[in-house]
Amino acid sequence: MAEAISRLRPDLEMIRALIARARNELVRVPGAAVPGVLAPTIFFLGLNGVFGNLIQLRGFSADSYSSFIIPVSMLQGAGFTGAAMGVNLARDMERGWFDRLVASPAPRWVLLAGNVASASIRSLIPATVLFCVAMAIGAHFPGIDGLAIALILVMGMAAVAACWGSMLALHYRSQSVAPLMQSGMFVAILCTTAYAPLALLQGWLKEVARINPVTQVIEGVRQGFVGGVSWADTWPAFLVLAGLLALLGALALRELRRLAE
Amino acid sequence: MTALRANLRVIGALGLRAVRQTFRRPQLMAPIVVFPTLLLAIQVGGAGSAIHLHVGGVSFPHVDSFLQFMLAGAMMQSLMLAGNSGGIALAVDIEMGFTDRLFASPISRFSIVLGRLAGTAALGALSAVWFLVIGLIFGVPIEEGIAGALVTIGLVTLTAVAIGGIGAAIALRTGSSSVVQGLFPLIFVILFLSSAFFPQNLMLEPAQTIANYNPLSFIVEGLRDAIVFGFAGSEMLDALLAVIGIGCVGLLLSAAAMRHRVRTGG
Repeated sequence: MAEAISRLRPDLEMIRALIARARNELVRVPGAAVPGVLAPTIFFLGLNGVFGNLIQLRGFSADSYSSFIIPVSMLQGAGFTGAAMGVNLARDMERGWFDRLVASPAPRWVLLAGNVASASIRSLIPATVLFCVAMAIGAHFPGIDGLAIALILVMGMAAVAACWGSMLALHYRSQSVAPLMQSGMFVAILCTTAYAPLALLQGWLKEVARINPVTQVIEGVRQGFVGGVSWADTWPAFLVLAGLLALLGALALRELRRLAE
Repeated sequence: MTALRANLRVIGALGLRAVRQTFRRPQLMAPIVVFPTLLLAIQVGGAGSAIHLHVGGVSFPHVDSFLQFMLAGAMMQSLMLAGNSGGIALAVDIEMGFTDRLFASPISRFSIVLGRLAGTAALGALSAVWFLVIGLIFGVPIEEGIAGALVTIGLVTLTAVAIGGIGAAIALRTGSSSVVQGLFPLIFVILFLSSAFFPQNLMLEPAQTIANYNPLSFIVEGLRDAIVFGFAGSEMLDALLAVIGIGCVGLLLSAAAMRHRVRTGG
């Protein structure tokens, strides 16, 4: 075990350095974090003000719409943050900085892991702001366990989004693919039970939400905000995130290997 | 007369250039068509049950479907994004020095702005047609028939020009595409605080009160009047007054920004 850790130490150091670089970018240009926080906050407050009375419909499972919609906005924040890491990677490729990383003796997965881990950590910024705004306007406190699960799932979603963004950045090698990175996450998160419980969804969205794996993640984050935390609502969310992370991570690594070749 | 004809030719040429530019750059086209269509589809599926809503004596207005109700909101979103995209494109022209070359040429300076607005108007009309076609494909009845559809296209086009005037003013004043691009979230704030997506009397406070005074609400209600209610009230007149008001503000701001740019060179 100790031998394995010591073998991994240079890789972990490299990941730590890449995370530190992402952190420095944020410290030097704090404004870079604003869009990732502002957009989901506007959507949260806007959707709550506009659709807030939907909870009066029979079959709605929450006592306030802010409690129902806050998980969606937290995951949107994670999605935007992950996609932004993809854009940053594309920028690094356009400027030639990433070529130097590829030429280094660091394993390919380490280069990807640095980016993904940065996105996960960074997603806590919009999540924290959104959580505070939600509490301020009267959303239900999810409890320590509910909040912990929500934040872990948000970080996982940001990692998935970063894999998605990195895969596209490595494939197209241009920042112009940014709208695809963002809209992909936007659609994945909203084509779920984002607006209303499954029973109240209409037409095509009901069918899509039923099979969209991200619905499980939304329900996992939502459980503490609208009721109690249960294992039955928790494990499917983690399973889905693990599956998406494995799939998109593998695809991103394949693109990275192609780039190196 | 010859001068007017020359100016109209310049406006036409610049308008055509603006439309071509938008079609050539997917990043300009996507917010005008793709994003509002996507949001329309998701909101109709997600909040469609709202038509059965009844809260404290207030019911959702009688509509054929939630899609019929939402079409006006989607058009409003699209034309606001078209106005913003027009502002971004004008700012890019300023950054690249294209506008300086136009300033140096023997054409009226206001035709430069009107040319850009002509492009925005064309995109507004296009978005109105797009959403009307979507509505018709999915079985939405246009209450006032062909006349209603034509009025809708006309009102959307005029509103696109009015909103585009504000985008152009900001582009001329700042000369920075990133500043105009930064208005993107503000557009959603203004939209959410209007009756674009939901009946105003069923919204939560304070959104409900703000929506009551938001000029966009008047325009949306005018559009909805033609599609859903069949010119039942004075909404169309209110909508036209709101468009004229926004248009005047946009023109005054554009004129001031143009004078400032010509005087200071930036």
